[in-house]
Amino acid sequence: MHLLNNVAMNKRLFSILLLVLTAIFALPENAFASGSSEDGKVDLKGIIFHHLGDGYGWEVPFSHTRRIPLPVIVRAENGSWHCFMSSNLVELKNEKDANGEEHEKSVNVVYTANDGTQFMIAPHSSANKNKVVQVTHLSSDEEAAILAKADSISKADGIELAEVGIDGYANDHGHFYKEYKPFDMSITKNVLAIFISAIVVFFMIMSIARWHRKNGMKAPRKGLGFVELVIDYIYKGVIQATLGDKAPKFAPYLLTAFFFILVMNLLGLIVIFPGGANLTGNIAITLTLAVLTFIVTNVLGTKHYWKEIFWPEVPMFLKFPLPIMQMIEIFGIFTKPAALCVRLFANMMGGHMIVITLTGLIFIFAAFGYAAAGGTAVISLLFSIFMLVLDVLVSFIQAYVFTMLSTMFISMAQESGHHDEHKQE
Amino acid sequence: MELFTPDSGLVIWMFIAFAVLFLALAFFAWPIIIKSLSKRADLIDKGVEFAQNAKEQLDNARAEAQKYISEAQKQQAEILRDAARMKTEIIEEARREASEEAKKVMDAAKLSIEQSRKEAELQFRNEVSKFSIDIAEKMVRKQMSSDSAQSELVNKLLDEIEKN
Repeated sequence: MHLLNNVAMNKRLFSILLLVLTAIFALPENAFASGSSEDGKVDLKGIIFHHLGDGYGWEVPFSHTRRIPLPVIVRAENGSWHCFMSSNLVELKNEKDANGEEHEKSVNVVYTANDGTQFMIAPHSSANKNKVVQVTHLSSDEEAAILAKADSISKADGIELAEVGIDGYANDHGHFYKEYKPFDMSITKNVLAIFISAIVVFFMIMSIARWHRKNGMKAPRKGLGFVELVIDYIYKGVIQATLGDKAPKFAPYLLTAFFFILVMNLLGLIVIFPGGANLTGNIAITLTLAVLTFIVTNVLGTKHYWKEIFWPEVPMFLKFPLPIMQMIEIFGIFTKPAALCVRLFANMMGGHMIVITLTGLIFIFAAFGYAAAGGTAVISLLFSIFMLVLDVLVSFIQAYVFTMLSTMFISMAQESGHHDEHKQE
Repeated sequence: MELFTPDSGLVIWMFIAFAVLFLALAFFAWPIIIKSLSKRADLIDKGVEFAQNAKEQLDNARAEAQKYISEAQKQQAEILRDAARMKTEIIEEARREASEEAKKVMDAAKLSIEQSRKEAELQFRNEVSKFSIDIAEKMVRKQMSSDSAQSELVNKLLDEIEKN
């Protein structure tokens, strides 16, 4: 009976897959045109970087132009703070493509605040591309000079005037502004994703704590039981095993880091809101986490730890008069968190990049006709699914590795010297 | 390269979010959870230890009971053996005593039989001697009825005395 059910399930799954594939084939070719540049070629690099990067709005499923608006918070050049919704920075326009079909297109526009300060999302030609910049009108003389310069560049390099980038100036479709990069504290897509992850972790852990407060030592079941299993696994298997008696002191930081990273990793794998932000594949996030571990390690480090750095037990010629060992040790203080930061960043970004590239392959092969596109679609889909499943594993492993390495770095800084150890024994 | 340049805004928000989350969980969640988990682990360890001890004790008790049972069985067997021995002893003694008694009775009977036989013999002897005297008397009387016979006898007797 069970086997029969399984077969029926497999058949149903297969038919669903077939349906999806036919639906993909049935779609008009230019349904995927949003990622393509003007000349019709797929801009795969642009798509990948767009998916890996941050944004001022959150993509809405099945729409290439609409975004969930998010607040932009910037400090203008004159020191005043400005807060407005990101929907003010874009405008939806209907444009006709080469075939005469109309498409909705999102165009960056200049937003003017109440006090006259103007902002826009810097165009691709700018050094601050895709970031909100403050723009100021140029005087007519200046504008003429810049335009002449742009014109010469345009002619010399054979690019359109609207695409010419000049340092310090924003090119808004051939119209030039003076550009200033304000201090940006916007609630971007990634920032909102951080908040969502933090809230998820908060409620997940608080529900476990509430259970324990209410039910004492009774073990929770189902979902809570699973979370508790993971907590127990990390606490007993990593933290307590490495830190011993000092485990309760450092466990709150390490466990918070573990669950935060795990939830960020897993949310990043969900394609639509509230997931899809490539958080742990963003160097700012991993850098912050690594710096936190650096702070915990070194601020709470013991005397023995610092003694081992500045006066290690090695032959004299290695530490005096040339402080070779000291230099190596001090270098090591910084390489440890750097390794943490880069490892998590590279692993997670790599996973995302592979999945997007595999999906992008379909559109590259689409140029060779429907058969090639169909074949690639099947293979790419299977590989993408495999990669995503693997990424679920990688999400856990990377969170685990970050926690384990942090624990080890902290425990190395908690050593209290050989004499004390013997006494304890 | 934009992937490798950290955004200051993102770093600040990340730091704030992590700090708030850390403080909230460090105050309200982790100590309780860790304490509860270690308590439960201790409880389970203790339970296992207790169960092991209980099993050991049970095994010991069982062995002890077995020991007592076998001891009792041994004692029972011994008692039975003693009883059997005693029985045979008693029977043997009774038999011996009975035979002794019987012998005594027999001896007494033999003695009395012998006595009565001797008495009877004596009586018989007396009777026989009386008869023989009587017979002899009669014979003598009859033979001595003539004088010649008498003198012949006297002669004969005298001869006999002389011969002696």
